[in-house]
Amino acid sequence: MATYQINVNGQSKKVEVDPSTPLLWVLREDLKMTGTKYGCGISACGACTVHLDGVATRSCIVPISLLENRKITTIEGIASDPVGRAVQNAWVEKDVVQCGYCQSGQIMSAVALLKATTKPTDTNIEDSMGGNLCRCATYVRIREAIKRAAEQLT
Amino acid sequence: MLANHRLLFPSLLLVLIAFLTCIGLTTRANNENKEEVSVANPKLADGLAAWKQIYSVLTSPRCINCHTATNYPQQGDDRHRHFANVVRGPDGKGVPALTCVGCHQTLNADSTGAPGGPGWHLAPLSMRWQDMNNRPLSSAAVCRSVTDRSKNENMDGPALLKHHQEAALVLWAWNPGRRPDGTMRTVPPLTHAEFVNATRTWVEAGTPCPPGR
Repeated sequence: MATYQINVNGQSKKVEVDPSTPLLWVLREDLKMTGTKYGCGISACGACTVHLDGVATRSCIVPISLLENRKITTIEGIASDPVGRAVQNAWVEKDVVQCGYCQSGQIMSAVALLKATTKPTDTNIEDSMGGNLCRCATYVRIREAIKRAAEQLT
Repeated sequence: MLANHRLLFPSLLLVLIAFLTCIGLTTRANNENKEEVSVANPKLADGLAAWKQIYSVLTSPRCINCHTATNYPQQGDDRHRHFANVVRGPDGKGVPALTCVGCHQTLNADSTGAPGGPGWHLAPLSMRWQDMNNRPLSSAAVCRSVTDRSKNENMDGPALLKHHQEAALVLWAWNPGRRPDGTMRTVPPLTHAEFVNATRTWVEAGTPCPPGR
């Protein structure tokens, strides 16, 4: 076990965990922040996506020992970001969610996309969101919502 | 007419024999020339032998999986397409929300099986060592690519040696970490020291490339 001081959504948190523990489980089990979801555990589905210094990252495969001093943003904190707020509004407006399990990861990826590409094309969206799976197949509404958020932000 | 026909076959046979003899002599002469080159220039022969060793490393999965000609990296010893719909992106670093460094950290994550190294990225398309069907290019083609300064970030021989000695992602090939199932990833067929020694020999010989396409 080791003690780590990590920054989550702008707040400093102290956790005592095994260095090999993936960030996902630190968030969910130690910090009780269950908005970030466990899907596959091998970075294949995107449900666990968070941002590390703004980079969309699969938290299920990043051990806490490799976090360094990077700032962690989770779905619980994304609304405080203008792009995050716009994406969440668009998600509601377009009624994207069906079962909802993958949507935390979808939103985190969509925010990362829109921060890098203000007017994403269909190809941009398909490429960037290609690592986020949705078993309810809400992909068409996700694409519409990303475009709607892009409109709102310009 | 009949007499002409009777003469035609032996004539053609003679021409064919002469042609084949000519080819045989030419091939023999070429081989003798090659042997002469080897004997006359042992440094060149050593350089070409060293390149053969280098090529065996460059086309091993730990190296060639990120030197693709396609829109995606590969993974595994069977060099299958990288999972999770990962794509190359404009600069070989993935695309927003699906970047290489979004999973590959600065070090291997042995507890989860995600390999890592500083600045994880795909080699540029100018350094592709495969064709569009994911087959490794020939030794001659890879050698030409590696030594073409318009394609290799302007590296001359000494710079290539330094790259093989020190580049973080080159070194990663000999420390590739554990797979998700906990087993160790395989490493290239030479040790890093052998690879560097081969590169030094090749560079000292003037980075010769084998003939052919």
